[in-house]
Amino acid sequence: MTELRGVNHAKAIEIRGLNKWYATYHALKDVDLTVAHGERIVVCGPSGSGKSTLIRCINSLEAHNTGTITVDGTQMGDAASIEAIRSEVGMVFQQFNLFPHLTILQNLTLGPMKARGLSRKDAEARAMKYLERVQIPEQADKMPGTLSGGQQQRVAIARSLCMEPKIMLFDEPTSALDPEMISEVLDVIVDLATSGMTMIVVTHEMGFARRAADRMVFMDHGAIVETGTPSEFFESPKTERCRTFLNQILKH
Amino acid sequence: MKNLLLLSSLCLLAGCGASGNWGWYVINPTTTQGWNNITFLIDGFGATILLSVIAAALSMAIGLLVALPGMSDNRWIRMPSRVYIEFVRAIPLLPMLFWVFYGLPVVLQSMGISVRIDAFWGAVITLAISDSAFTAEIYRSGIQSIARGQTEAAKTIGLTYSQTMRYVVLPQAIRRILPPLANQFIYIVKMSAFASVIGMQELTRRANELVVTEYRPLEIYSLLILEYLVLVLIISYFVRRLERKMGSDESR
Repeated sequence: MTELRGVNHAKAIEIRGLNKWYATYHALKDVDLTVAHGERIVVCGPSGSGKSTLIRCINSLEAHNTGTITVDGTQMGDAASIEAIRSEVGMVFQQFNLFPHLTILQNLTLGPMKARGLSRKDAEARAMKYLERVQIPEQADKMPGTLSGGQQQRVAIARSLCMEPKIMLFDEPTSALDPEMISEVLDVIVDLATSGMTMIVVTHEMGFARRAADRMVFMDHGAIVETGTPSEFFESPKTERCRTFLNQILKH
Repeated sequence: MKNLLLLSSLCLLAGCGASGNWGWYVINPTTTQGWNNITFLIDGFGATILLSVIAAALSMAIGLLVALPGMSDNRWIRMPSRVYIEFVRAIPLLPMLFWVFYGLPVVLQSMGISVRIDAFWGAVITLAISDSAFTAEIYRSGIQSIARGQTEAAKTIGLTYSQTMRYVVLPQAIRRILPPLANQFIYIVKMSAFASVIGMQELTRRANELVVTEYRPLEIYSLLILEYLVLVLIISYFVRRLERKMGSDESR
């Protein structure tokens, strides 16, 4: 199935021997992960297993202690490399993190205008294009606080897309949403997935994982315990910990 | 002119009274002598206001320059700010005023810089530095009250540190910072009275001089307190208006 989707086998992300400590707490243990261009990865695991920490290391929102992270050929190190990596990596947060004092349109044009130097006209045209893509162009002039959670998260996705990243990271994008709003956000992410975007999604939405993932990554206690295609992963998990986890989240 | 009305009613009340201990005649606007005394006292407003406004503006600028590095992740960048705040905050205003007025010119002269620090600038420097330690802490608490997700989102759309501060953090923090900053301004207005001891002709100095010639401390100091009260009430009124204006710009 992976081959049918035409995954380019060059590496989008390469993580080698990654370790991260919070004081004495060992948050990531010898994590290795390689992501091909166009590949869609879903990371799952119990809370505190290091899923969020892992993807936050990829764009250096968290600094790692040992190991290497290479994104699209750029190895993370000095400030310039971090800047280069961030310019290729978009991120969507659990809490949306829209700028509450700016309108939706201003939220979307801020990055393109200030970081990329686009004119207001070009930035607004680009913003409207992506607002249409997430299907809320009519909200452009509203303030974030007046939108529903699902709409806010779609704006957050559009804000990331306005930077035209090659890779998107999603950190539990639906965990803060009311149940009836989850699907509108997942639909947008699935739409992105089918367009060939490289992405890593941390989520507990297993239906979404089956639909959109090329590969599942299961983490526990800061380490990657198991990886596999969704069918392998859901039908015949190799490890006991993974089986227990799947039983717990799928039983409802 | 509100204070004049209040004042004249006060004078009338006291003047009609039979108490031999009171001598409101010194500030009775209906007599030439009283009127001259009142204008002499009121002429101090200009100096008090000018001193306070310049000192407050400098304090706010220095405070921001101290607060920003004070929030760095790097302890070597953070340390000078902490040292400055702890050091300045520990010095009482009056000794600092004496040091700046009598001591600083000597220090500067020994460095080959020959400047005269007059009473006005001595008071401005002292008030600004002394107050800046407090404004720095106000900025820090205001900026830190803005959720960390805001700066993280700014990083992911490629904004630099100064762009993040300017477009994302400070516009949100300013509404929380404004009320305590206004408090500090009122504090500066009141502390400007200390400038009287190095001979600056502001409200308190003039009252002192008048007491020496008229020997009517109760009446003159009562008027002095009334002057500060009126000044502070006027400031409070404008601050409240400003707060309302800034609050209404935003729907959250």
